[in-house]
Amino acid sequence: MRRALLIWLALAGVALAAFALALVTGSSRVVPLDLLQVLLSSGDSITGEIVIRLRLPRALAAFATGGLLALAGALMQILLRNPLADPYVLGLSGGAAVGALGAMLLGLGALAVNIGAAGGALASILIVFALARRDVGRQQLFGALDASPRLLLTGVMLAAGWGAIITLMLTLAPEAKLRGMLFWLMGDLNGAESWLPALLVLAVALAVIYPVARELNVLLRGEAQAHALGVRVAPLRRMVYLVASVATALAVTTAGTIGFIGLVVPHALRLALGNDQRILLPACALAGGTLLLLADTAARTVIAPQQLPVGVITALIGVPSFLFLLMRNPGKA
Amino acid sequence: MTVPLLDVRDLALDVGGRALVRELNFRLNAGEVWCMLGPNGSGKTTLLHTVVGLREPQGGSVRLAGRALRDRPPAEAAGLRGFMPQTLHDAFSASVMDSVVLGRHPYLARWQWEDENDRALAQAALAAVDLAGFEARDVLTLSGGERQRVALAALLAQDAPLLLLDEPVSHLDLHHQVLVLTHLGKLARERGKGVLFTVHDLNLAARFASHALILTPQGAVRQGLVNEVMTEAELQRAFGHRVVRIEVAGRTLFVAE
Repeated sequence: MRRALLIWLALAGVALAAFALALVTGSSRVVPLDLLQVLLSSGDSITGEIVIRLRLPRALAAFATGGLLALAGALMQILLRNPLADPYVLGLSGGAAVGALGAMLLGLGALAVNIGAAGGALASILIVFALARRDVGRQQLFGALDASPRLLLTGVMLAAGWGAIITLMLTLAPEAKLRGMLFWLMGDLNGAESWLPALLVLAVALAVIYPVARELNVLLRGEAQAHALGVRVAPLRRMVYLVASVATALAVTTAGTIGFIGLVVPHALRLALGNDQRILLPACALAGGTLLLLADTAARTVIAPQQLPVGVITALIGVPSFLFLLMRNPGKA
Repeated sequence: MTVPLLDVRDLALDVGGRALVRELNFRLNAGEVWCMLGPNGSGKTTLLHTVVGLREPQGGSVRLAGRALRDRPPAEAAGLRGFMPQTLHDAFSASVMDSVVLGRHPYLARWQWEDENDRALAQAALAAVDLAGFEARDVLTLSGGERQRVALAALLAQDAPLLLLDEPVSHLDLHHQVLVLTHLGKLARERGKGVLFTVHDLNLAARFASHALILTPQGAVRQGLVNEVMTEAELQRAFGHRVVRIEVAGRTLFVAE
């Protein structure tokens, strides 16, 4: 308990530092001292405008999106009891992409793209739920046969279907729209201003899932043991699926399909902190948010004034650091 | 008359449309150790899963300490019976201590964390399966037999009155087979636990169980005291293989022809 608090406090401290860094860096430099002044006073200076109106919303959106993705990734890994699962493994990002790219193809505005993404994600959630309802909430099992492989296969098939539609759309898209579509697919926080829904959903998701964190520890040992230890397996699995899906849907709607965070943050934290969900889930939200915030700060400054899609940065930072972690801990995964 | 820990009435079990068991009745009282014997596919695991509540029977009822299992909330049932499944899968690394202390889950309130007492019980359970000193080891680095003993320790940490075990000694070396079954027998004798385990080794069954439940491919079931039901004729009928029963140095041994 004490250990959990210390870990969260440390991670929150790092998150605050990342926020400060994100707010001071950019084409218009802000001295850290000015930052305090701007944040404390309701400054109407130009610096204040830039920090409050431009950088802060984007930083909040980045943090919330990263937190959602890492949390969703950790939950999907528990649901499928598979270390390779990530938030998109059940095809949700494909649905969102089809919705968003469809809106772009039709030449609709940013709001419609967001609505398209949310609609596509929702459609994907419902399709998986309808097809694999029994598997999502399954608890009857025999020997080694458990529900996760079938659920996983359903999701992978759905993702393949969405992938084909996305490729078709990209093929048919006019040149002028292609760049925007590719940026969306790689994940991009440029123009992501709607941080409030993402942050709210992150808070709600944590509040919903945290009370059952110990039951998730038990679930990881297998459905049969979980049942014998008094866990209501079927409702719990359904809840995990829904929370992870809604979190992913909000993340994708806010910033497109940013890869990597949802896979790597939970793993890195498991290697460092152990696999107690009571510690891990809040830590994922904090560390995922921080990582995406830092990556986005890099994405908009490295080759300024041009911006990179943040998904590229997350992978470029994430792959080597994760491999390093993995190699340093032989025998663990 | 005391209430049996487990009371199975008129149980009917089907798998894939095939009738495995019909009108099975048996009672397991505190202090009894039952072994369940039978060839592959005779329904041992299915019966255990039904008793645990992982599947619904096609007919009949399972009563746990005097009340129908169906009417007991899962958390309540968890305080009355523990289960160790045949197959274990650890996808993620976890320390041995963390895995075993999960057995204390039924006794913790929602916001409660395991305390020193829970850890002490987990430690004692580990010692009972000869895994003292393994607390900090990662379960993924353990051998199959060691993992099986970790699962056993988790079951012991749960400390339920009724212990249901699906092939608990299948991966253990002979020393640990004897050690584990001796411990289960001691729990039954000294603390009044009820034990039901499946096993393929007839000699271990006869040595450590007080009662036997023999399932046959035809769906017939024999039950009773080990000495009375584990006869050459019954075993041959169940397994479709000739079995010779011999007495050596006060022990009953079974040899397959």
